[in-house]
Amino acid sequence: MSDLNTVMVEKYRNDFLKEVEANVEEGKWVKMCMQCGVCSGSCPLGPFWEHPPQEVFMMIRAGKRDEILKSESMWMCTSCYNCIVRCPRELPITHIMHGLAHYAERLGLAPKQNPTRKFALMFWDNLAKAGRVNEPILGIKLYFMNGFKQGIQTALKMAPVGLGMLRTKRFNVLALLFHKGCKGKQDIHKILRKAREIELAKAAKFGG
Amino acid sequence: MADAKIGAYVCKGCGLGDRLDTQALTAIATREGKAVFAKEHDVLCSAAGVEMIRKDIEAGEIDRVVLAACSRRSKTEAFNFDTVAVSRCNLREGVIWVQADTADARAATQEMADDYVRMSCAEVKQMIPPRGNEQAERNRHLLVVGGGMSGLTAAVEASRAGYPATIVEKSGALGGWAARLWRRVPARQPYADPQDTGVAELIAEVEADPNITVYLNATTTRTTGAPGRFAADITTESGKTVTENFGAIVQASGFTPYDATRLPEFGVGKSPDVMDQLGLETLAREANGSPIKRPSDGREVRSVLFIQCAGQRSNKPGHLPYCSGHCCNTSIKQAMYFKDRNPNVDATVLYTDLRTPGNGEDFYRSGQRKGVIFTKGVASVVQPANGALKVKFQDLILNQEVSIDVDLVVLATGMVANSGVDAEAAAKQEAWKDEGAGTDGAQNAKPEAPRSQEVSILNLDYRQGPDVPQLMHGFQDSHFICFPYETRRTGIYTTGPVRRPMDIAQALEDATGAALKAIQALENAAQGRAAHPRSGDLSFPSFHRDGCTQCKRCTVECPFGAIDEDERRYPQFNEARCRRCGTCMGACPVRVIYFENYSIDTVGQQIKAVEMPDETQEKPRILVLACENDAYPALDMAAMQRIHYSAYARVIPVRCLGSVNSIWVTDALNGGYDGVMLMGCQKGDNYQCHFVKGSELAHYRMSKVYDTLEQLQLEKDRVETHEVAITDIQRAPQLIEAMAETVKRVGLSPFKF
Repeated sequence: MSDLNTVMVEKYRNDFLKEVEANVEEGKWVKMCMQCGVCSGSCPLGPFWEHPPQEVFMMIRAGKRDEILKSESMWMCTSCYNCIVRCPRELPITHIMHGLAHYAERLGLAPKQNPTRKFALMFWDNLAKAGRVNEPILGIKLYFMNGFKQGIQTALKMAPVGLGMLRTKRFNVLALLFHKGCKGKQDIHKILRKAREIELAKAAKFGG
Repeated sequence: MADAKIGAYVCKGCGLGDRLDTQALTAIATREGKAVFAKEHDVLCSAAGVEMIRKDIEAGEIDRVVLAACSRRSKTEAFNFDTVAVSRCNLREGVIWVQADTADARAATQEMADDYVRMSCAEVKQMIPPRGNEQAERNRHLLVVGGGMSGLTAAVEASRAGYPATIVEKSGALGGWAARLWRRVPARQPYADPQDTGVAELIAEVEADPNITVYLNATTTRTTGAPGRFAADITTESGKTVTENFGAIVQASGFTPYDATRLPEFGVGKSPDVMDQLGLETLAREANGSPIKRPSDGREVRSVLFIQCAGQRSNKPGHLPYCSGHCCNTSIKQAMYFKDRNPNVDATVLYTDLRTPGNGEDFYRSGQRKGVIFTKGVASVVQPANGALKVKFQDLILNQEVSIDVDLVVLATGMVANSGVDAEAAAKQEAWKDEGAGTDGAQNAKPEAPRSQEVSILNLDYRQGPDVPQLMHGFQDSHFICFPYETRRTGIYTTGPVRRPMDIAQALEDATGAALKAIQALENAAQGRAAHPRSGDLSFPSFHRDGCTQCKRCTVECPFGAIDEDERRYPQFNEARCRRCGTCMGACPVRVIYFENYSIDTVGQQIKAVEMPDETQEKPRILVLACENDAYPALDMAAMQRIHYSAYARVIPVRCLGSVNSIWVTDALNGGYDGVMLMGCQKGDNYQCHFVKGSELAHYRMSKVYDTLEQLQLEKDRVETHEVAITDIQRAPQLIEAMAETVKRVGLSPFKF
């Protein structure tokens, strides 16, 4: 359990809803859910979720902190926005799902082996380093995410696609060695550092 | 009626002149119908046409009028002659619009029109020009029984309209339950916070109004009379009785909270921290704005749970089967009592379906914004444990059994109507048993709502019982949707939660409506006119004393309690209470009851006036007795859409199927009709009959006619009774067509002569 999580548990022992409201992006909307279930019915991945959105909201109100934060559910969201479009109470459901996933990650409770989480981290690292995504490296890392053997298999399977992209100049092999990054890379890093600082300060405030 | 002077007017407008031989029609009216004269006119409803008729009436040449033109439902403004008896002969909607405009159909169409003219002449000959009600009296004073929110509002609204009112309140103070509330659900934008009840202002207005008299600690111990001339004995606690006269009555006797001690599983009685919604209002009033404290130990409440539908919307014996309509909003309001003072209090509403009528949806949203937690679940047990209350419930979203500890539990228990004595209770229970018998043993006993009291409210001196009859679950109403505010006692209007469960906002609106209906009733009574739905009708029932066998069927079957018994046990008609449906006329086995313009003869002679072709002509005749409220308009509208039906049908409008006397049916069959159809409104629990029981009675009576059919050795198929709604525009003509097919199948009647 991370330090931050310990603090949070102490603070909100009785009321997970308040914790969500204070710390999760768009979390203040959770209480407005009226349990109609339209989101769960609209979600293309609904049947595959451990807990569909309606249930996620209900569990938050019921104070099921660990079950939610350790859940894979919100990581399943593909941001299709169907739920937002249909919610009669106009809840930003997609954003809440991402907010919950992010909060779980900050607390160190997110399921470590979740592929969406792994990819998200990989993507962020890649992007933050140069201020621009390095596609060949991201692709290769993605192939080898689950081990060397599977990486080779995936690479061979995807080879024709890669060759096709190479032929049509959609794929720059040289980027494997020389990645340019964006203009003002240092400034991006500065911005990200500052954002991180603000976020920690905010968490510390709630933690204290 | 030897002195009947009939004038017949045949219209040639709307294509009638092109499709029909109107000259032949005038000839029939004078020769067969014995009219003094028959005139044709190009457009009868035009100023010139109407003027022509008016002049003839004023000249004293005629006292009966046959208008052979369009349906009785059209041009009612133009053809409004209330000093003579009028028969509207429906040639447009009844004949030319429902028959094909072809050479082949021409002869049958003309025959149809000929018959309708004969029928109209025969009908009007039996009519007496209306004289108006001789019992009519005008009393502008309104009696309001009950001094709660509804009663106060009804009195204030009546007074504002210029009608004095008297309030009789059984308790020692005005205001009713509303006066015991801390705050009410908001009635104004933005519907976000509980607001002041406004009872104090309303009471002040009543007390300052010289037009309103108030009796406290008083009850109505005897009520006699009829609209326009009610007399009520008002008895105060001291035993003193005064008798006052009133024009109409508004009963606003309200409700009694459902008895929460019937719910021992929720810990009622075991802990003072379990209470109903009114109990919490008392706590809130005691707290007077400061934090609400627990009754058990005086500690501030930190967590509260509201259990919705406690003993309501349930089929368990002793529970209320209905939704009381206000409890969800009330629980949201009460949760705010806590949240508004201290947002850290955990307030949870446990519901199965959150129902927030009116502008409650905004209020619900406001509750959510304030942090009230809404959990979909069903509570099973509330138990006191370690200074807290342990609540077990099934979470319906997460589908799991949950147990939580709270400081306070509030039960939403709902309302039971204060409707007094249910005179029909025994009959209702019997009917239910009959229906349930043989199906499922467990369903034999209807889950009856617990009665709040068996003490009469109005103490009516009516033969049919001391209180207004109840419709469903003990609530007094005629029909929620079709006839709001009406009861089955003319001139007595119920309002507020005695009529159906409702909140303050609805009660205020309801009371205003009831006050205006009461004023309407007393004004109509003053002119000797009928109340809803035949408003304005001047005819009233009379009977031939000589023939009466005192069987009391009319008294028992009158849906509006209009008929008492006099000291010699003859029926005594109270015209002002009568709605002119004619159910008494249909009930009378010796056929001595009649209206001036609607009687056994007016319809009987119409049936006989139809020319009956002999068997060799193979022209069947089908008699259609159609309820003028729904079935007849449906046929009219079918005509407007040019939906055709059999030219062999002869349609006679009746006031209600309840007024259909079986003699008409047996006479028709004896007279050679090949089929008889009765079209009335929907019957049963969800009836739409404008006179409550008419359609039901007709179905019952017709079941007896089948015995007659057997005696005559006629096929049962020849008589049909149908439920036809006003929207059955396609279906009503189809039914007639189907009957024509049936007649074709079973063959012509053997009784033609």
